[in-house]
Amino acid sequence: MNRRGRRFGNLSSSHLRVWLGGSVVLLMVIAAVFAPWIAPHDPLEQDLISGLLPPFWSSDFNSTYLLGTDSLGRDLLSRLIYGARVALIVAIVAATLAAVLGTLLGLLAGYFGGLFDTAISRMVDVWMSFPPVLLSIILVAVIGTGLHSVIIAIVVIDWTRFCRVVRAEVLVQREQEYITSAVTIGLGRWTILWREILPNIAPLLITLLTLEMGIAIIVEAILSFVGLSVSSDQATWGGLIQEGRLYVHQAWWMMTLPVVCIIASVLAFNALGDGLRSILDPVMRR
Amino acid sequence: MASRFFLRRMLLILPTLFGVSIVVFVLLRVIPGDPIVMMIPPGADQADIDNLRQLYGLDKSILDQYLIWCRAAVGGDFGTSISLRQDVVGLILSRLPATLELALSAMALAVVLGITLAIVGTYWQNRWPEAVVDGVSGFNQAIPDFLWGLIFILVLGVLWPILPVSGRIDPRTGLEFTTQFYLAESILKGELAILVDLVRHMLLPMVALALPLTAVITRTLKASLFETMTQDYILLSEIKGFSRWRILIVEALRNALIPTVALSGVQFNFLLGGTVLIERIFSYPGIGNMAIGAVIDRDLPLIQGLIITFAIIFVFSNLLIDLSYRLLNPKVVNE
Repeated sequence: MNRRGRRFGNLSSSHLRVWLGGSVVLLMVIAAVFAPWIAPHDPLEQDLISGLLPPFWSSDFNSTYLLGTDSLGRDLLSRLIYGARVALIVAIVAATLAAVLGTLLGLLAGYFGGLFDTAISRMVDVWMSFPPVLLSIILVAVIGTGLHSVIIAIVVIDWTRFCRVVRAEVLVQREQEYITSAVTIGLGRWTILWREILPNIAPLLITLLTLEMGIAIIVEAILSFVGLSVSSDQATWGGLIQEGRLYVHQAWWMMTLPVVCIIASVLAFNALGDGLRSILDPVMRR
Repeated sequence: MASRFFLRRMLLILPTLFGVSIVVFVLLRVIPGDPIVMMIPPGADQADIDNLRQLYGLDKSILDQYLIWCRAAVGGDFGTSISLRQDVVGLILSRLPATLELALSAMALAVVLGITLAIVGTYWQNRWPEAVVDGVSGFNQAIPDFLWGLIFILVLGVLWPILPVSGRIDPRTGLEFTTQFYLAESILKGELAILVDLVRHMLLPMVALALPLTAVITRTLKASLFETMTQDYILLSEIKGFSRWRILIVEALRNALIPTVALSGVQFNFLLGGTVLIERIFSYPGIGNMAIGAVIDRDLPLIQGLIITFAIIFVFSNLLIDLSYRLLNPKVVNE
């Protein structure tokens, strides 16, 4: 009874995390996809007379600008909504590409072993000993700024996260009996890898992918904060933070709002990933 | 034995730095942006551009540029910064102490906090302090130093303004420093008021840098303390009647520290990488802040100099960590 109750409790808390995280992520997706229809203003439209207006909770706020304006009188709410676009594009594209590259190399290294495995593992070790923030800034310095550079930088740095975990998991799966049976009935090595092992590590991959999206959002924010992401007239959360930092003593909400957006989305992706891990994978269910 | 190991590691440093310099040099030369274009005023004619390009040696081949750079670098000359028009080594040396003081203080804070939390969590295992410790480190690890820095600025700098959020020292401070190690110098000179001002400026960036590392140390050390506490020799100490505190701190901690120390080399590098951003957020005048400026301005000599500086610090911090790992763990014998 006790045990069953606890398991039920654990399961429901995982479901709760998935629901909570999932709804915040869904909200972000809706904001990003329908930005032109949802946003009350053009994110680039300037209104120099009404610069640095406070948000709705202040007594002297202007009802056309719900969350206030920046120094050039641009609507903050609209800029936040458009910023979600950049964040989400980077999160989805960069995390997926990193997952594909890392999984592929991890699968091959783990299953075939030998010299290839040694080379890949060594490379992952060296790669992971570099500080990621420094590495991403250097990479963007080399390949130039822009959305594609941010994505490339994330993929180049973070494929190792997938590779290492997938390789370790393949090493475990390879010794399982179902693989022995697959070999016995004469399945080819590629078929086993593709049809037997990959589906078994899929829950793990989905979890890692979700967590990676949270990381990608942070990296994009960091790079746009230091001015190395998309061009500065495009609204990004990191760019908004950078502008807000300049006026933090006059208009603290300018920096607070994008920071809240980033923290909410990162925590949402983390909650979703953690929840999915315990729901999808019975072995990892604690 | 240890000295031979040390010597071998020292000999490896030069080829490592050499490799880093080649990679950096070649990579930076394929950048699309032209540093000369960034520094000329609008309306300069082609002859001026060519003159400048010649002045900075950018008209030569990459190999020639590298050889010239290498020859000078061996003599301690890393060229002249294109954007700041000053000697690169001088620039870096004037900023490096600020970064070192920040990074080392953050590291020290993380080690003290991490070890304390791990011991507290182990001592009160399965009771509420352990739950608190686990919760705090989970939260610490989920939020990166970048966000911690911003949260601190908002909460402790603006909403409840008790600490300064930019710079290293109050510009009105009258003390003339002879070195750039302000913190160390003010301690040595016994200038208490200045020390307080320095610490107040450093506190927020330091804590922001330290928190993620604290979480890693707490988790790793707590796991290995947990494992160590089930060993036979611990049981023997218990039978001897030693107190649980004594067993934990005197008997278990030393052995349990080994995996944590092994991990902290990479972690210190991460912390140092984090200074780049934290310095930017807090307008702290260190080499990290300078590095971002150099990247934005495409200041090739300065970027090269800074990357080599970071590489030197990484190499030496790893060496120190490896050495202490060996001192701590008698089982490691030279292979």
